[in-house]
Amino acid sequence: MKAERGTILPGSATIIRNGRIIDPANKRDEVGDLLIVDWKFAEGSQLSTKKSQPEEIDATNLIVAPGLIDMHVHLREPGFAQKETIASGARAAAAGGFTTIVCMPNTSPPADNPSTIAWIKDRAVETACVNVLPTGAISRNLSGEELAPIGLLAQAGVVAITDDGHCVQNNAVMRRAVEYARMVNLPVLDHCQDYNLVGNGVVHEGYWSTLLGLPGWPAAGEEAIVMRNILLAELCDHHIHCQHISSAGSVRLIREARARGVKISGEVCPHHIALTDEAVQNFDTNYKMNPPLRSQADADALLAGISDGTLSILASDHAPHADFEKEVEFDAAPFGVVGLETELGLFLDLLVHKHGKIGMMRLIEMYTVEPAKLLKIDAGTLSVGATADVTLIDPQLEWTVCAGEFQSASHNTPFDGWKLKGRAVRTIVGGKTVWKL
Amino acid sequence: MTRWNRKDLVGLRELSADEINFILHTADAFKQVGTREIKKVPALRGKTLVNFFIEPSTRTRTSFELAAFRLSADVINISAGSSSLTKGETLKDTARNLEALHADIFVLRHSSAGAPHFLAERLKASVINAGDGAHEHPTQALLDLYTIRDKRDTISGLHVVIIGDVLFSRVARSNIFGLTKLGAFVTLVGPSTLVPREFEKLGVRVSHRLDDILPEADVVNLLRIQHERQRKEYFPGIGEYTRLFGLTKERAKRLKPDCLIMHPGPINRGVEIDSEVADGLQSVILDQVTNGLAVRMAVLYLCGGIAT
Repeated sequence: MKAERGTILPGSATIIRNGRIIDPANKRDEVGDLLIVDWKFAEGSQLSTKKSQPEEIDATNLIVAPGLIDMHVHLREPGFAQKETIASGARAAAAGGFTTIVCMPNTSPPADNPSTIAWIKDRAVETACVNVLPTGAISRNLSGEELAPIGLLAQAGVVAITDDGHCVQNNAVMRRAVEYARMVNLPVLDHCQDYNLVGNGVVHEGYWSTLLGLPGWPAAGEEAIVMRNILLAELCDHHIHCQHISSAGSVRLIREARARGVKISGEVCPHHIALTDEAVQNFDTNYKMNPPLRSQADADALLAGISDGTLSILASDHAPHADFEKEVEFDAAPFGVVGLETELGLFLDLLVHKHGKIGMMRLIEMYTVEPAKLLKIDAGTLSVGATADVTLIDPQLEWTVCAGEFQSASHNTPFDGWKLKGRAVRTIVGGKTVWKL
Repeated sequence: MTRWNRKDLVGLRELSADEINFILHTADAFKQVGTREIKKVPALRGKTLVNFFIEPSTRTRTSFELAAFRLSADVINISAGSSSLTKGETLKDTARNLEALHADIFVLRHSSAGAPHFLAERLKASVINAGDGAHEHPTQALLDLYTIRDKRDTISGLHVVIIGDVLFSRVARSNIFGLTKLGAFVTLVGPSTLVPREFEKLGVRVSHRLDDILPEADVVNLLRIQHERQRKEYFPGIGEYTRLFGLTKERAKRLKPDCLIMHPGPINRGVEIDSEVADGLQSVILDQVTNGLAVRMAVLYLCGGIAT
């Protein structure tokens, strides 16, 4: 089914029958029925007052989860509609099982001012079939030099500030941004990259960069900024979330800091555990992303970090680029891969089925409760009264990734043709089915 | 039975020892052509070769051009400044337009590692790598191998020392792949920033002590050293480099008498090599240039023959 938006009629009701209800917010894991009345979860007693016959959805052998949240997505609008639009990105999210996505501010113009945020929110209301929550920039024009109007961005409704795609290099500017964000109660998300250490690096600095003569992107270039963020989170007593963690050293730093109670967290993208830098040997630009694919030891450390809770958020870093933009020399290609329509399948396949690193409850928690808590948003639960965002997951379904069938406007994935086990089969936003397999 | 079935030469890493030896053997035959009164054979008559140099080069471009002329091919030269790449056309589109004009062979020099690989996958025409970023420069390594084999009869068992800016050198990488496949023992020497230990994983030795290594060498291959913008943080300066790693007249005395001195050019006299050493009896730098022509004729002939 093509993902579509819609509104529900007042008085309508839906019963999702006989599914395995997993609701980490309420520590619930049991087979049962889930009732939706209007756009909210309801109790059985509320049903009898309704006149119309409820719609029945058979969820036998399916997992009924709170609508999943991907807190790291590039929707490219305004400015780069050849890559993605808010509408197409939202359809990709629905097809991947996501009811809420958090979009990054590196658009054109960048989301560093309240009017661009207002435009994105309007556009989302008009065209998106899932909930779209914007982030605002840390610095004006993402330049890392002067602070963006963080207070006004907060009033405009951003859920976090970040210069994602860029990284504030000046530690004093970053320190003030974190202090200021604390005042307006916004978490700070950071793309961790020391520009001097990384230089013009395009692939992990190691065996393959040496062999291929491609400029290396050393793990230390990420770790230096993760360390900086730990120090600033401590200094400012405010939360900094490190996006797309890729290296073993970063995992170790975050683990140690969290053990001391520092307000620091880390996120993992599927490509960093599914692939290693060996994949770049044919110069295929679908393996070029930032941070780059690293070594097997790094991928193993990420798995361990997911396992012990050091890394608490799963996300895609969905980064669409048009075919013609990626169809160039490796150095010249833009960084990034699409991820919304493959991430749940990859994480289910790798984390739950293949490596047994976490159970279904934790995986869903990392996609719901954890981002909701971090961003302080009202989502990620099946509690009665909450907005009825639901993802139905078939954990055993075997399927093959087909980039040609993506809802996203772009197809830049390294996973085309991969056989995976487990995927979302139906996505419900505010009580309305917006996509089903 | 042909022992060559590749339309492209993108690097030496992909080649077997047999394939490398087959190119060198084929080059033997072409070397004779250069000594004849009429330096031309009809091997590629009617074929069109595009010298596609996105990065400046005189020596390599001229060598390929001459090689193509001697094989009776028609040659078009395209450089970055004169191409539509400056108008924003992609490499792929420029190449496919040239292919639509029935170009048969592309000789590509490009600043991005992997660019020849990229084109080879997308064109029916042959793609010959004339140097891609810091990745490979296969015909340079082949002419180095040819020269060593020519002077020393064999390559297997020889100790070849490559000195200088290895990290950024496509010549070094292609030489490492070629030499190790043919059984040579390779030592890389240079500052630790330009010769990182990671290279040991390619099956070679890394050293930062030139004076200890020189007496053991059968061949020294010196790389051009520059101290421009991109290298400023890698070493303090030319003066210090020459003191530590330059092949000075004094140092050259430590070499075995039959040790060959090679350089891919262009040389910086007085920097990585003393002028007298460059012109000395052990130097085979000009032989390399001459052999390059024969090697490139062999490569064009072999790959051009497959693409038909």
